[in-house]
Amino acid sequence: MLYREAGDFKTSYPSDSQTFPIRLDRYGYYALLAVAIGVVPFIINDYWANAIVVPFLIYTIAALGLNILIGYCGQLSLRIKGFYLAVATLAAQFFLIWLFTRTGWFFNHSPTGMISAPERTVFGLAVTGPRATAVSAYLICLAFLIALAWLARNLTRGTLGRKWMAIRDMDIAAEIIGVNPLRAKLSAFAVSSFFIGIAGALFFAVYLGAAEAGEAFGIDKSFLVLFMVIIGGLGSIMGSFLGGAFLVIGPVMLKLLLVNQLGWSSDLAAHLEIMIIGALIIVFLILEPHGLTALWRTIKEKLRLWPFPY
Amino acid sequence: MKITHIAAALAVSMTAAGPVLAETLHFPMFNYRTGPFAPSGIPFADGYQDYLTLVNERDGGIGGVPIRISECETAYNTERGVECYQNIRGDNPLILQPLSTGIVYQIIPRAAEDGIPIHSMGYGRTSAVNGEVFNWTFSYPANYWDGASVLVNHLLDENDGSLDGKKIILLYHNSAYGREAIPTLTHLSERYGFDFQTIAVDSPGQEQGNQWLQIRRERPDYVFLWGWGVMNSVAVQEASNIRFNMNNLYGVWYSGSENDVMPAGAGAHGYRSLAMHGTGRDFPVYEDLQTHVYDRGLAAGAGDQLGSVLYSRGMYAAMLAVEAALTAQKIHGVAAINAAQMRDGMANLVITEERMTELGLGGIGPVFSVSCQNHGGPGQAMIQEWDANAGKWNMITDWIASDRELIMELVQEDSLAYAAENNITPTCMD
Repeated sequence: MLYREAGDFKTSYPSDSQTFPIRLDRYGYYALLAVAIGVVPFIINDYWANAIVVPFLIYTIAALGLNILIGYCGQLSLRIKGFYLAVATLAAQFFLIWLFTRTGWFFNHSPTGMISAPERTVFGLAVTGPRATAVSAYLICLAFLIALAWLARNLTRGTLGRKWMAIRDMDIAAEIIGVNPLRAKLSAFAVSSFFIGIAGALFFAVYLGAAEAGEAFGIDKSFLVLFMVIIGGLGSIMGSFLGGAFLVIGPVMLKLLLVNQLGWSSDLAAHLEIMIIGALIIVFLILEPHGLTALWRTIKEKLRLWPFPY
Repeated sequence: MKITHIAAALAVSMTAAGPVLAETLHFPMFNYRTGPFAPSGIPFADGYQDYLTLVNERDGGIGGVPIRISECETAYNTERGVECYQNIRGDNPLILQPLSTGIVYQIIPRAAEDGIPIHSMGYGRTSAVNGEVFNWTFSYPANYWDGASVLVNHLLDENDGSLDGKKIILLYHNSAYGREAIPTLTHLSERYGFDFQTIAVDSPGQEQGNQWLQIRRERPDYVFLWGWGVMNSVAVQEASNIRFNMNNLYGVWYSGSENDVMPAGAGAHGYRSLAMHGTGRDFPVYEDLQTHVYDRGLAAGAGDQLGSVLYSRGMYAAMLAVEAALTAQKIHGVAAINAAQMRDGMANLVITEERMTELGLGGIGPVFSVSCQNHGGPGQAMIQEWDANAGKWNMITDWIASDRELIMELVQEDSLAYAAENNITPTCMD
């Protein structure tokens, strides 16, 4: 009933290969987008925008980027080639932090290595710096996320994305059918880095406002984004959103529930939060190894048949 | 995306349902009772909260208005700190004391915009001493650059006025906090002709084998320790392992608590550190705390930190905050002050020996008064030495003054650069 497909005929190739083939689904997403652009900016308060929604949007961009690399192109996996690549990437993590905390030019020669974002405006509205309002920060991140999600979706179902997936599924077979592995892998790295670069810039300038490379972009951040991709679902745009929501909004909601609603002490809540989120991750990965997006897919399949399953 | 909107809808209902508390003074606490820095965060939080509880229980609040305490757990993580700040900023907070240099850096521009005063007592952005640029940030009674200078002045005393040819190594926490002292020490090394080197320890600092190997190779005359949390105790342990003369190992005031020396046992005997305030349970205020707080079961945390260095620091910070609120009430003639009035109270705060004695905290801190040009207090500190046999810190000097001329010069340079970067015209608020 919820997903009524009766009468939903496709009469052209473009309509057949669109992103959301089910009409109701499509309208649902359009409505969601309209609410996000047209309604949320008017009702959102500062706390929700700055502390929850903005980091969610930013982390989702980062998860999208990483998903392109490891979900679609299959790099950083435990295959031998990927493994060496993973070690090299890990080394880069430490090298870059070292570089950004050692070389004065990168942190504006500030005595502490702490940099702060200057004010930047879009259409006359401040989006970074202390004068930026919650709504402008929300809207700028939303604009980036919509544009990048659209780009990611279309890249991954086009030639480039199919090449990445061919490399991911079996690199020798892909090479035989004419995919250049070097180009495919390098392009995946390039596109992924582009996404994550945007996420990092937004994270520093819009969300934090001031940052110190070692602390704001340490290895735990890389792992957080990796977990988002794994929990959300490898090789899925939807998964990036779900993973981002789970690991950004989840802990804050838990904190609000335990501390603000139930009145528990904040340190107890913080310890419980680590345990609960950790347990949830394990439970999810055991019950649904393909991530939240596979769970969503199952629900959707069921809803398409409901109330008359066969 | 869907979750976002459910969350947003929930938010609206939750804020609407929030309790309306009239006529209280909101003192938010940004604690860290979890994570690798919890050993340092817990005693401070306990001391801060116990003193505020005492004021509530004994005096019925400040000027008759009860204090409302709210807690937010930051785990010494700047992102969580930002979240905490967003959570309380609409709730009339009077004073922010996050006990984290990283978080202070994040909230300085925001709090100035929102009009909420910050008291970063002996931490945070040192150049915030210049109140003309940083109207809303206070760092009295001393800052990191003072600390570095006091250490050098103390060593000058010990070495008959000359450090020529001596070698000093700074072992620092590789973060904004740890790097704060480097510019001052570099300047001082040029002035006094000592050889100055820096060695970084990445956070949290549980592994320092390499660093101490390097120290052993370099054979420095003195090592300055600029650490926090678990890094301190590891450093003290490593120093005692390589049989470094503990009298020549000096910590900043954030490296001089019981937690930092206890794990090394007898090996830590003779370790010295800066002290920005007195410590121990000899203050008469503990009698009041006993009757009004501990005996009524109102003590914060496990109640096992009483009299420790960081507990005393939390208590001292709370005392200064309460005194600033009293000053604000006097200036404005209202009991239920707001954040802007609290700022005026901090900007005109005067701490005298008589007042500290009256509060049962005689001699806990230096005598000082705050002015618009100097939000940083007198910049004095004492040196304390750990007696491992008695298990207590002994003050081995009186208050030592820092080289204020040099520090104010550096403060001007850095604060004016910040002002230019952020389009601030330096001016006093009052």
